[in-house]
Amino acid sequence: MAHSGINVLLEGDNFIRLLGGLWVTIKIAFTSLAFGLVLGVLLGVLRTFKNRLLRFVLRIYLEFFRVVPTVVLLFLFYYILPRQLNFNLPANELATFVFALWVAAEMSDIVRGALISVPKHQQESGKAIGLSRWQLYRYVLIPQAFSLELPATINLATRVIKTTSILMLISVMDVINIGQQVIEANNHTYPNGVFWVYGIIFLFYFLIDYPLSWWARRLEKKGLERENG
Amino acid sequence: MAEEILKVENMHKYYGKKHVLHDINFSVSEGEVVTLLGPSGSGKSTLIRTLNGLEDYQEGAIFFQGTKINPDEKHWQQLRQKIGMVFQSYDLFPNLKVIDNILLGPTKVQGRNKEEVESEAHQLLAQVGLEEFANAYPRQLSGGQKQRVAIVRALALHPEFMLFDEVTASLDPEMVRGVLEIIENLAKNDNMTMIVVTHEMNFAQQIADRVLFLEDGNILEQTPADQFFTDPQTDRAKEFLDSMDF
Repeated sequence: MAHSGINVLLEGDNFIRLLGGLWVTIKIAFTSLAFGLVLGVLLGVLRTFKNRLLRFVLRIYLEFFRVVPTVVLLFLFYYILPRQLNFNLPANELATFVFALWVAAEMSDIVRGALISVPKHQQESGKAIGLSRWQLYRYVLIPQAFSLELPATINLATRVIKTTSILMLISVMDVINIGQQVIEANNHTYPNGVFWVYGIIFLFYFLIDYPLSWWARRLEKKGLERENG
Repeated sequence: MAEEILKVENMHKYYGKKHVLHDINFSVSEGEVVTLLGPSGSGKSTLIRTLNGLEDYQEGAIFFQGTKINPDEKHWQQLRQKIGMVFQSYDLFPNLKVIDNILLGPTKVQGRNKEEVESEAHQLLAQVGLEEFANAYPRQLSGGQKQRVAIVRALALHPEFMLFDEVTASLDPEMVRGVLEIIENLAKNDNMTMIVVTHEMNFAQQIADRVLFLEDGNILEQTPADQFFTDPQTDRAKEFLDSMDF
């Protein structure tokens, strides 16, 4: 077993490097989620306002980020915009930025959907005790929308984490990119290292995403139980 | 003559081209209980909802305590502290405990001292027999209990005028009594001025000082309650009372 493939992971600092790559992945995913979710809630609230122009602009924003594939968005921001607009960011920050905008777009739709599904009577009761529009959102609508939107939000988070795997295309040193380097560097000594490296990457992603998707499913089930009492 | 609290003058309301309220004129004096009666679709709910700005109107004016109401959202928001309203679909906020449902308006809208409002809220809850539910969530309450809390929530703002829009219409029959008693106490003991939309004829007769009878968005008659239930002025109202097995 001198050349057992699993040793590729233990060779030199390979494993540490993979963990480092994983850390970059996690940092980008969670930073973009943090910014994107906050911005998304704000945009979602704005999308329930009556102002048509505002709603139209935000709708275009949503459709743009939803329709254009994430890879294309990344290329657009990484290769095209810097040249045209002199807008330069290091790859990691740029990736975080693009992902945050994407998350905000998707989140705005989740929030809007949840807000408009809070029964109209709730709004009227809120108004009837003199709440201002801001107070109505703050104390009545947003808290009630929160439990409606939580499962969809967690699903969005798992998608964002998975999608970080394309970041290697703009040279972000994420776990996939590092993995690829490890495979190539050890190609001679460990011809089937690719299996082990991607195996460990699979495990990494699984360990992060599975608990999230389990949580989402549990919340959805609990929601159904509550509604059907 | 008691002071006039509310006056509606030549009010018309349209939904698009549909004329739903026709030249509505009436006034309510302090301490008076007015019930709006009429068949379904006669515009009772629409009318009562215009009185706290949940529905707009296209012509005419509403005066509250002698001042003409400027019908924009900001002014209505101020006025709603004085004009309490309870709805058919007892809409407590499900995300808040009973006590927080009650405290929300007084503390956040009126900026009153929390401890003070809280002790008052407990007192009001006790009056409607629900003091032990202060820390419960609305989903743990029955329909009748929720409706009683909704009334307390409105009263906690110290309104000068109350609107009740078919508050017992979606309750189980055995729950109706308790809710109506509270409204009756409010009218008789606290001398609250109120407009009540209801289908409970016995109840209407017990509490009403005056009846406005509506059909198709018109006020067909305004009659003192004693007279309305024994000798209504219009044939339509007679028919209506007969059809209600009254």
